[in-house]
Amino acid sequence: MIRVVLPAHLRTLAHVAGELKLDVEGQATQRSVLDALEACYPMLRGTIRDQVTHQRRPFVRFFACEEDLSHELPDAPLPDAVAAGIEPFLVVGAMAGG
Amino acid sequence: MSGVRVLVGTRKGAFILTSDGKRKQWDVTGPHFGGWEIYHFKASAADPNRFYASQSSSWFGQVIQRSNDGGKTWEAVGNKFAYDGVIGTHLWYDGTARPWEFARVWHLEPSLADPDTVYAGIQDAALFRSTDGGQTWQELPGLRQHKSASLWQPGAGGMCLHTILLDPSHPGRIFIAISAAGVFRSDDDGQTWRPMNRGLRSEQIPDPTAEVGHCVHRIAMHPSRPSVLFMQKHWDVMRSDDAGESWREVSGNLPTDFGFPIDVHAHEPETIYVVPIKSDSEHYLPEGKLRVYRSRTGGNEWEALTKGLPQRDCYVNVLRDAMAVDSLDPCGVYFGTTGGQVYASADAGNSWAPIVRDLPSVVSVEVQTLP
Repeated sequence: MIRVVLPAHLRTLAHVAGELKLDVEGQATQRSVLDALEACYPMLRGTIRDQVTHQRRPFVRFFACEEDLSHELPDAPLPDAVAAGIEPFLVVGAMAGG
Repeated sequence: MSGVRVLVGTRKGAFILTSDGKRKQWDVTGPHFGGWEIYHFKASAADPNRFYASQSSSWFGQVIQRSNDGGKTWEAVGNKFAYDGVIGTHLWYDGTARPWEFARVWHLEPSLADPDTVYAGIQDAALFRSTDGGQTWQELPGLRQHKSASLWQPGAGGMCLHTILLDPSHPGRIFIAISAAGVFRSDDDGQTWRPMNRGLRSEQIPDPTAEVGHCVHRIAMHPSRPSVLFMQKHWDVMRSDDAGESWREVSGNLPTDFGFPIDVHAHEPETIYVVPIKSDSEHYLPEGKLRVYRSRTGGNEWEALTKGLPQRDCYVNVLRDAMAVDSLDPCGVYFGTTGGQVYASADAGNSWAPIVRDLPSVVSVEVQTLP
C-alpha cells in the first residue's frame, strides 16, 4: 500500500480529501504509482504527466522522505519507506514566484 | 418567463450570471473550478443544460469539464488531444521549424444539432471533434495537412485556433480562424480546407497580402445570413459578402481599428459591435474611455456607445471571446473586461450597466437565451 498526497487542485478534481492509499503492483516506482493513481482516478490523466510521452509536467514535483525525486528516472525504485507505506509520496505544484 | 444565462470564463474560474427577461437583477454563482483558467465555456444549442468548459493551468495542464444539468454538477471528461498521424512542423518565432505541440484548448464550439458533438480549437493550432460528449477527441487533420501549414507562425499569444463558426444553412461548412495564419473554410465537414484571406492586408508580415499569415482576432456571422462574415483583424475591421472568398475593410470612422471581439445583433444582421483598443503595443482602451462601437450599416459608419460605461481612467481590454448577444427583444449585448467587469445592455447597446465589477480577469463570455 502506497500513500499519496495530491496538491489541493488535484484533490478537488479527483473528488478526494486528504491522503490516498493505493495498491501498486510490483515494485513501487514513479511510473507504477502514477499508473495506479490514474487507473483509480482517470480524471487525473494528463494533469501530472503527459498522456502520450508520460513526461512529468514541468511545474509538478515529486517529493518523499524530505527529498526531491522529480528528476529520478520513472522506473527507479522509490525509497523503502514509501514502498512500505511509512512515508507518503508527495505530488506537489511547484512554487510560483511573483 | 424567458431569461438569460451568461457564462463567464476568467483567469481564476468560471461564473454563471442568471437573470429573467428584464435583465436587471442578476444571480451570480461561482467560482466553478476556482483557481483554474477557463479559456472558454459554452452551452449546447441542442440541449441548453449541456455545458462544456475548457479548464487549464500552467501546473496541471488541460481539463475538459462537462455539465448535463446547467452547471449544477460537473464531470471531467476526456482531455487527450493527440495530433493525428505525422506531427509535422510549423514556423517558430525565430524562423526555425518546430513540431506541433498541444498547449491548451482555446475554444469549444458545440454542434448546432447534437449535444454530444463538440469541436475544440487548440494551441498549437488544430481542430478536434468529439462525438461522445467530450470523452474522446479526434483531430480533423485536413486542416494541418494544408500545404501552407508548415509556414504558419504563432502570434504573441501562441499559435491558437480560436474561432469556430458552424454554418447553420450549409451542413458541413465550417469556418475557423488561427492567429497568425488567418481564416480557413471547409465545405466537407472538416476534411479539406481552403484559406479565406483574400482582401486582407497586414503590414506586420513580409507580404501584406499573402494567402496566409494574417493575425485574425475573431470572425462573426448572423445565423440567418451565414455568407456574410465580419472580422476583427489585428488591425482593421473587415467584411465578406461571399462566405469568406473576399474581404473588404469597413473600419470607417472608428477611432482605432485594432481590437479583439466582434459580434452581430441577434435580430439585425447589419448591426455589429466592436471594442476598439488603442494599439497592438498598448492593449488598452484609447483615451481611458470604455466605448463599444456599433454600426447599423454593416460597417463603415460607427457610433460610440458610452451610456453607463466608464469614460475616464479606464485601461482594460476586452478579449476576443469576451462578447456575446442574447436573442431577446430588444437584443442584449454583453462583454467582459480584463479588469473583471461584466457589462450588460438590455437595449442593443444604447445603455449599459455592470452585472459584476470585481471578477478575475475575464477571458470569455457566452450567453444563453432561456425559454
